[in-house]
Amino acid sequence: MFNFSKELDLEAQRRRAAFYFLAPMIIALFCVAAWPLLRTIYFSFTDTSLTNLYGGEWIGFDNYLQRRELSSGRVIWRGTLVDPAWWNAVWNTVRFSVISVFFETVFGLGIALVLNAEFRGRGWVRAAILIPWAIPTIVSAKMWAWMLNDQFGIINDILVRIGILERGIAWTASIDTAMTAVLIVDIWKTTPFMALLCLAGLQMIPRDIYEAAKIDGVHPLKVFWKITLPLVRPALMVAVIFRMLDALRIFDLIYVLTPNSKATKTMSVISRENLIDFDKFAYGSAQSTLLFAIIAIFVSLYIWLGKVNLSGEGNQ
Amino acid sequence: MKSLKLISIRSFLATLILSIGGSMASAAELKYVSGAVGNAIEVFQTLVKPWEEATGHTVTLVPMPASTTDQFGQYRLWLAAGNADIDLYQTDVIWAPQLADQFIDLTEHAQDLSPLHFPSIIESQTVDGKLVALPIFTDAPALYYRKDLLEKHGQPVPSTWEQLTEVAQIVQDAERSEGNDDIWGFVWQGNAYEGLTCDALEWVKSFGGGQIVEPDGTISINNPQAIAALELASTWPGTISPPGVLAYQEEEARGVWQTGNAVFMRNWPYAYSLGNGDDSAVKGLFEVTTLPTGGGHDTSAATLGGWNVAVSKYSENQEAAISLARYLAGPEAQKTRTLVASNLPTIISLYEDADIAREQPIIPRWKDVFLQAVPRPSAPTKVKYNEVSAKFWSAVHNTLSGDGSAAENLELLEFELEELKGSGW
Repeated sequence: MFNFSKELDLEAQRRRAAFYFLAPMIIALFCVAAWPLLRTIYFSFTDTSLTNLYGGEWIGFDNYLQRRELSSGRVIWRGTLVDPAWWNAVWNTVRFSVISVFFETVFGLGIALVLNAEFRGRGWVRAAILIPWAIPTIVSAKMWAWMLNDQFGIINDILVRIGILERGIAWTASIDTAMTAVLIVDIWKTTPFMALLCLAGLQMIPRDIYEAAKIDGVHPLKVFWKITLPLVRPALMVAVIFRMLDALRIFDLIYVLTPNSKATKTMSVISRENLIDFDKFAYGSAQSTLLFAIIAIFVSLYIWLGKVNLSGEGNQ
Repeated sequence: MKSLKLISIRSFLATLILSIGGSMASAAELKYVSGAVGNAIEVFQTLVKPWEEATGHTVTLVPMPASTTDQFGQYRLWLAAGNADIDLYQTDVIWAPQLADQFIDLTEHAQDLSPLHFPSIIESQTVDGKLVALPIFTDAPALYYRKDLLEKHGQPVPSTWEQLTEVAQIVQDAERSEGNDDIWGFVWQGNAYEGLTCDALEWVKSFGGGQIVEPDGTISINNPQAIAALELASTWPGTISPPGVLAYQEEEARGVWQTGNAVFMRNWPYAYSLGNGDDSAVKGLFEVTTLPTGGGHDTSAATLGGWNVAVSKYSENQEAAISLARYLAGPEAQKTRTLVASNLPTIISLYEDADIAREQPIIPRWKDVFLQAVPRPSAPTKVKYNEVSAKFWSAVHNTLSGDGSAAENLELLEFELEELKGSGW
């Protein structure tokens, strides 16, 4: 009896200590993450403007959806949720995210498999492959903008010289190729990150499983599908979630690389435009809030789907 | 003796503190923020040197991206946050109504100076009786043309857009058949940003299609002349203009032009002195003229640009900042700026200045161009101007890139602007 209460005491003490250790982190997170988020959500329900940040009044859901009756009796709907420009941006963002994350995962895993093999100079290759990831996005976006330039760009020059193109393509200017250009640059830039995360996952797989498979004479492709992929899956999932979060809020690359046209405008670009360029701070806040909600939905959906699959495997 | 010594030490300390305090107040370190187009940074340093020597203050230029849309976004944020780091802002002619609350009223401080300037420019910087910024130079674009190439192929300087399209095509084809593969007929600013609003406003206005939103606030953009203007312009990318023109701003257009790869260019006066620089491939080979007209209309149009200097309400060195603003807007600095950078002065008398007429002969000729310049609809649309402009340039950019016809896009634009206007601007 005495012992038991002492244990409880110890437990409570530990919890308190843990709390003290966590407190600075929680406070910092509150200040830099929770507070700005809550402010943005609050602003989205007001009519705040950037010239008068503290003078906004509560207007409810009007920035999201608003029903207005004209004097003729015609009813019109207003707000972000019926704004075609917003839905175009959502579509652009989702399309960009899904395509870029898909290719980055495939290429990243491929590179990780290569790097996981034993060969001479592996350390060097591992370091070298990280270079695109280490270059700041603005710098690489500018660099690629020059490389993709229709008049002076090296890519057009090479393609024209080897006879694939007759005349240079305006990669970033034309609405047909602008998104492709953004995807190429993003995949180039972020594949190393995926490769690194996949490599970390691969190295956690015990070697003896492969040895057993080798002794049984299993085909290497089957080894990949039945051993490597299932075992690397948890690491891959984390990597994909990270990338998805990142891709859904893409801003800098698109802002620098392409003209501000509807072919590449993403959710972040359009909400920034409303927040700052136009006198619609509250409307932009509503779009930022929706962006947050969409990211949250994506992440929970992904985690939920991932869990279902994992438990299904456990039953086999 | 001891007390005397003490007193003298005290008084010495007092004078020391006073003198330090005094010199700190008199030698301010100002921060001036401005977009950096062409050689703007070098020009600025030459320009402020006499002022720095005369006053003992120093000023540092904080360079910003060339795109005025990008600059505006950053300034807006800084001003909303009450940033005290920047004392003076170089502001675009269209910003005054949107940023008026954040700048100090210069009416009193420029009482003697403002009558020297063109009244229309001072008026454009006055919001509800408050002089928001002082003009430092004005801008009106021109048509740059390669006189050597036109002569070589026996072509006239075009006076209409239709003629320009034709001449550009002829010269481009002839040059290419002679092996000059990189040549293009016409370069301009087609990126989706404020610059496209300027270019497209010129096409529309010179076709007799109005100025998007008229001074009384009526939305006039959806009309047959405007549609004809955009239809003609949409034939350019890929034929006489590089397809990449849809991503060009001023500097990209100048890049193609100054390397000798364009017959015509639409650009602001700053490109004149740069094009005649020693490192330019077109030095001495080009001339400028007024922009063409079109659609049977007889007057051409040049969008009124121009830059001004405003003093931040949050500046801690307002006195020195006002002094610098007055200096930059004054005759001495404007003359130097005209001589070194071929910027157009806003002081009327400088158009008759002998030095300027000798060094920059295009400037006196510009007075008439500029007097007929068309303003962007920033005055009638007030704080909604940026959105109006963004909707206009998007409609134009879509038309140019083949996403919908001119008629469809302008009809949609009219509807969107009506919606934006609501019961009034």
